[in-house]
Amino acid sequence: MAKVTVDIEYCKGCGLCVDFCPQEIMQLETEVITQKGYHPAHCVDQESCTACLNCAMMCPDVAIMIER
Amino acid sequence: MATKTAATATQRNKAEKNPILFERTPALTTAITNYCPGCLHGITQRLVAENLEKLGITGTTVGVSPVGCSVIAYEFYACDMVQAAHGRAPAVATGLKRAHPENTVFTYQGDGDLASIGMAETIHAATRGENITVIFINNAIYGMTGGQMAPTSLPGQVTQTSPYGRDVKTAGYPIRVCELLSSLDGVAFLQRVTVDTPSNVRKAAKAIRKGFEYQRDGLGFSLIEVVSTCPTNWGMTPYAALEWLRENMLPYYPLGVYKDCKAGE
Ligand SMILES: Cc1ncc(C[n+]2csc(CCOP(=O)(O)OP(=O)(O)O)c2C)c(N)n1
Ligand code: SF4
Ligand code: SF4
Ligand code: SF4
Repeated sequence: MAKVTVDIEYCKGCGLCVDFCPQEIMQLETEVITQKGYHPAHCVDQESCTACLNCAMMCPDVAIMIER
Repeated sequence: MATKTAATATQRNKAEKNPILFERTPALTTAITNYCPGCLHGITQRLVAENLEKLGITGTTVGVSPVGCSVIAYEFYACDMVQAAHGRAPAVATGLKRAHPENTVFTYQGDGDLASIGMAETIHAATRGENITVIFINNAIYGMTGGQMAPTSLPGQVTQTSPYGRDVKTAGYPIRVCELLSSLDGVAFLQRVTVDTPSNVRKAAKAIRKGFEYQRDGLGFSLIEVVSTCPTNWGMTPYAALEWLRENMLPYYPLGVYKDCKAGE
C-alpha cells in the first residue's frame, strides 16, 4: 500500500499514468475540470498500490507524489 | 547476526524518516510547463533535473535552452540558464564552458534546432571535443512551429510540409545523429535512448547521468539522444504516439551506445 497524490495544478490529464498503472487504479476524473481545463488523474484504490512508481516515471508533468 | 539487525534497524529508521518514495526534484522550479499533455519532453526534462540534484551540481550548472518547444526551459530548470539563438546552443555552451570550466554546462535541443539550423554548431562542438553535455530530443518533427518536416522525419512521414509523406528523392534521407557523430575523435560518449516505458525511463536517466559524469571527468563531448514523441503534431493520443514511436522510429533509430571512450577499460 502507498499513498499516491496527484497535484491537479500540474496534471494535464494526458492519461499516461492510467495507461501504465499495472494495478489499473489510476483514473481521470471526468467530473472535475482543472484551472487549465483538463480532467485530472487520481488514484481510486490506494490499498492496491504496490508503489511500483510506474505512474511517476511516465508523468511528463511531474504531478505525482508517492508516499509510504 | 548483530550487524544484520543493525542494518535492518537503520533501514527501518530511514524508511520512517523519509516516507516519500517519489516527489518533484528541487532542480525543477514550481512552474507549469508549456508542453502539450502527454509530450515526452517533460519526462526527459525531469530526468536531467533529477540527475543534477543527484550529482549535487544544480547550483553549479548552466543549461542552454534552444529554440523550439523547450525554448523557455529556463523557466523550468532551477539551475542557471541561458537561451540561445536557433541551433546555436552548442556554440553558446562552448563559450560558457571555456570561461567557466569548473561549472557543468549542458544544452537541451530539439531535432530541428540541433540537426537542421544548428547542424554546423553540433558537429563542430563535437569534433572540437568541447567538454559539454548535449541532451537531444528527437521527435521527428518541428513541434513548436506546427509540425513541419525535420531532418529526422522518417521516409514517407506525413507532416505539414510533406503532405504526401517525406519523399526521399527530393527531401533526402533522415539524419541519424548518433551514427553521424560517432566517427569524430572529439566525442567521448554517445547514447540513443527513449522514454516510452518506465524501464526505458530508468535507462535514459542512467545515460544522462553518464553524460554529466564524463563532463565532470573532463572526457569531452557527450550527447544523449532521446527518441521522443510529439502527440500534437503527429495527431495522436499520447499513448498511441508511444506505439507509433516503437513501430516506426525505433527501427530507424536503434537504441544503444554509439561511442564510449571508456569502453573496454
Ligand atoms: C532563426 C530562426 N529560424 C526559424 C525559427 C522558427 N522555429 C521556431 S522553433 C523551430 C523548430 C523547432 O523544432 P525542434 O527543434 O524539433 O523542437 P520541438 O519544437 O519539436 O521540440 C523553428 C524552425 C526561429 N525561431 N528562428
Ligand atoms: S505506484 Fe504503481 S501501482 Fe501505485 S498507482 Fe502508481 S502505477 Fe499504480
Ligand atoms: S501522467 Fe501526470 S499529467 Fe498525465 S494524467 Fe497522469 S498525473 Fe496527469
Ligand atoms: S508541439 Fe509536440 S513537441 Fe511541442 S510540446 Fe506539443 S507535443 Fe511536445
